[in-house]
Amino acid sequence: MSRLVFSRKPARFAAARLAGTLMPGRGASVGPLSLEPDETLPLPSPEWLRLRPRLAGICGSDLATVDGTASAYFDPLVSYPFTPGHEVVADVVGTDRRVVVVPVLSCITRGISPVCHACEHGHIHLCERVAFGHIEPGLQTGFCESTGGGWSHEMLAHPSQLVDVPADLSDEAAVMVEPMACAVHAAQRYTGKETVIIGAGTLGLLTLAAITATRDRERTGPVVVTARYPDQKRLAKELGADVVCSTDELPRWVRSATGSLVFGDQLTCGAPHVIDCVGSSESLQQSLQVVAPGGEVQVVGMPGNVHLELTSLWHRETAIRGCYAYRRPDFDTALELVRRFDLGRLVSATYSLKDYTDAIGHAAHAGRRGAVKIAFDMRSN
Amino acid sequence: MPRPGFVHEVDRSTPPVLFWRGENFSLEKLPVGRSRVIYPPEPLPAIKDIDGAIRHALLNPHDQDPLPALLFPGMKLTIAFDDVSLPLPKMRRPDIRQRVIEAVLDLVAAAGVDDVHIIAALGLHRRMHEYELRHALGDRVYDAFHPRGMLYQHDAEDHDNLTIIGTTDHGEVLEINKRAADSDLVIYVNINSVSMDGGWKSITTGLASYRCLSHHHTGETLQNTKSLMGHREHSALHKSIWRLGKVLRDHGPKLFQIESTLNTDMFPEQFSFINKREWEWTAKDRATYLGVTKGLNMLPVKARRKMFHDIQSPHQMTSVQAGETSAVHEITLAKVFEQQLVPVEGQTDILTLGIPFVSPYNPDSVMNPVLVMCMGLGYLFNMYRNKPLVREGGVIIMTHPTYRDFNPVHHPSYIDFFEQVLTDTTDPVVMGQKWEKQYAEDEWYRHLYRTGNAYHGVHPFYAWYWGAHGQQHAGKVIIVGGDAPTVRRLGFTPASTMDDAFEIASDVVGRTPTISHLHVPSLLVADVQ
Repeated sequence: MSRLVFSRKPARFAAARLAGTLMPGRGASVGPLSLEPDETLPLPSPEWLRLRPRLAGICGSDLATVDGTASAYFDPLVSYPFTPGHEVVADVVGTDRRVVVVPVLSCITRGISPVCHACEHGHIHLCERVAFGHIEPGLQTGFCESTGGGWSHEMLAHPSQLVDVPADLSDEAAVMVEPMACAVHAAQRYTGKETVIIGAGTLGLLTLAAITATRDRERTGPVVVTARYPDQKRLAKELGADVVCSTDELPRWVRSATGSLVFGDQLTCGAPHVIDCVGSSESLQQSLQVVAPGGEVQVVGMPGNVHLELTSLWHRETAIRGCYAYRRPDFDTALELVRRFDLGRLVSATYSLKDYTDAIGHAAHAGRRGAVKIAFDMRSN
Repeated sequence: MPRPGFVHEVDRSTPPVLFWRGENFSLEKLPVGRSRVIYPPEPLPAIKDIDGAIRHALLNPHDQDPLPALLFPGMKLTIAFDDVSLPLPKMRRPDIRQRVIEAVLDLVAAAGVDDVHIIAALGLHRRMHEYELRHALGDRVYDAFHPRGMLYQHDAEDHDNLTIIGTTDHGEVLEINKRAADSDLVIYVNINSVSMDGGWKSITTGLASYRCLSHHHTGETLQNTKSLMGHREHSALHKSIWRLGKVLRDHGPKLFQIESTLNTDMFPEQFSFINKREWEWTAKDRATYLGVTKGLNMLPVKARRKMFHDIQSPHQMTSVQAGETSAVHEITLAKVFEQQLVPVEGQTDILTLGIPFVSPYNPDSVMNPVLVMCMGLGYLFNMYRNKPLVREGGVIIMTHPTYRDFNPVHHPSYIDFFEQVLTDTTDPVVMGQKWEKQYAEDEWYRHLYRTGNAYHGVHPFYAWYWGAHGQQHAGKVIIVGGDAPTVRRLGFTPASTMDDAFEIASDVVGRTPTISHLHVPSLLVADVQ
């Protein structure tokens, strides 16, 4: 029994940052992530439960953490040492329940009473007490010392964090529920008009699926998706994109679809809604290039430190809006959509914890290697 | 005395044959005993006194009064001329159009006519750059007319300056440039490089609107144009144009057509090997070929392209005739065929074509993949009379690098067409129904066509339609040396070498197919019996 632990080791963190910048995923072999024996964590309060993770996915924010490229903004929201892993399907110890974890740590999980205004209204992702309460700071399960994380054989969860998995849903499908919930949340701002999704990694594809699920009744404009690799393009088509193109081709497609004119590199019209599932300087800049005046760029992919030319944002009164996590009901929708689109097939490869450097290397180059979601498999010790 | 064209049966002593490959060449060995190479006639001698011949034509027109008799003070006169798509390559200065228009203007001045407009009849082609107008018309004409707004380019989207002349009995609306329609006389100055052009096509396409052109520039019409370069009665396109011509003649302005033909002396001395038959190459020709091809291989494609587009061709006028459109055009056609016609016996299983660096739609520009299709299946395949060189269901093999490269200034809608339309369909009829309207009415393309130097938004469709008959006729189309994904996007099959292409073709035409190679340059029309 073992777990992966991310410790506060500045020298190793610097090494990870250097290695991860040069070659994404290499931070795993030189950084502060290590395989350690499992440790029994104390329950924060009696109602908390012990879980045995079955599958735990590797997401973009995990990769940024491992490679040391995540923003320093998160430092006060993380408690070391922590076990990563927030896309988790697990068994509840002592029961026959198989659950998906809602990793956001809200007032209820932190034992804060009365709960904050956001949590009171179900907006747990906007919790106003995010670093406080009777557990150590942690943005989510998987970044908190007190709760442990999915990249292990044991972790903790508050009952409010558990969503039961129907018996007919495979573990592979269930591990896609958490990222799908993010996508469901993102798709709630879908307008039915021309929409651009930048990036066809896991988040981009799932957001597309979530939009497709609602589109039949709302759609008036095409959904254009940028994808880099052939498998991403194929999947984007399968999941309902009207147009799949490269980033180079995107401005032309948007121009054509919206009847736009052009000045310099800037479209005069554009798509009212651009969903950036990458979060880089380049993707955000392109989002501003193709978004319509008065339109919205929704940042779904976690950005780091980016450099942007914002004159067009000012001139065209466009908005950049973050999109973080989900609300609890989004998981119910996510479960339904994972089943409807058979999204378990997006789990391309699983690794045991001891092969974590290979797993993270694979996840960092998933698109190029024809993969979408890479996960750790703890089902056989 | 120039030698006529002829058909050479490939035997063991036949040297490898020259193929164009875009901005370069290759020598290809064709199978012995079942291949033939169709060589064009040698260039006819040019008229010695060109200016004298032009003046003679103006004063002695066919079925029409001499030009001076048609001119009078106070009249409204419009002179229209063929645009930059002709001739190819561009001719050395002075261009024929300059010589003809200067001769016309001498008579116009003598008659005291002041209201003269000169219009580039570009239809839906791109507007010519100033240097191209100066090249075609000469500095004297340009400087005299352009600053005063009396030399300009036809705008098929300027609806305030278009007018309807009438409608054919097939419901085709003839809508042309208003200035021309309102003129007391329209003089059209044409260059006939190929038999497809000229006649009623000059004004009814060059000065027409999109609405007018859309009657006959369709996938269906071009599929039913079984003889683009040969007999008009087998061309649905020409039949439509001639119907529109009848409306123009009966209800339009008075016309005075001036047509001229060129010889096929297309390349200057440094490319002399191009015009020669390979077994007649001297040691100097072989060395030149080697030097040119090796040198070109070392240059980046942009430099190669510039080098070729900078060529100024020595071709020269072989005839000029003026007067009533139909009468003039029949003489022109006879002269074109005198230069280009080569009798050929029967069809073969395979037709091989070397695709050059230029087509009528990319002077000084990029031969993009859509234009490769257009040049191969639209132009070179159609260089026949009676029936195609390749049998129905046979294979067409072309050589061209077919790079995925476009000129965004000249061909903006071609880029979208390649990415958007061709990923959906390569069927000209389907794309016409599904996509054409969107491109034709796109405000951005319209803006670029009207104010920049872009082909009209619908033009890539027309380029594609041009190859519709060839596409329908061929059982398979193979491009040798092309970028494989790009070739596949066109609906064709890529091959690395000519031998590979023959191997691929064997699926369709068997292991011992007969082969025709159309030896271009220069231009020729195979009269297939």
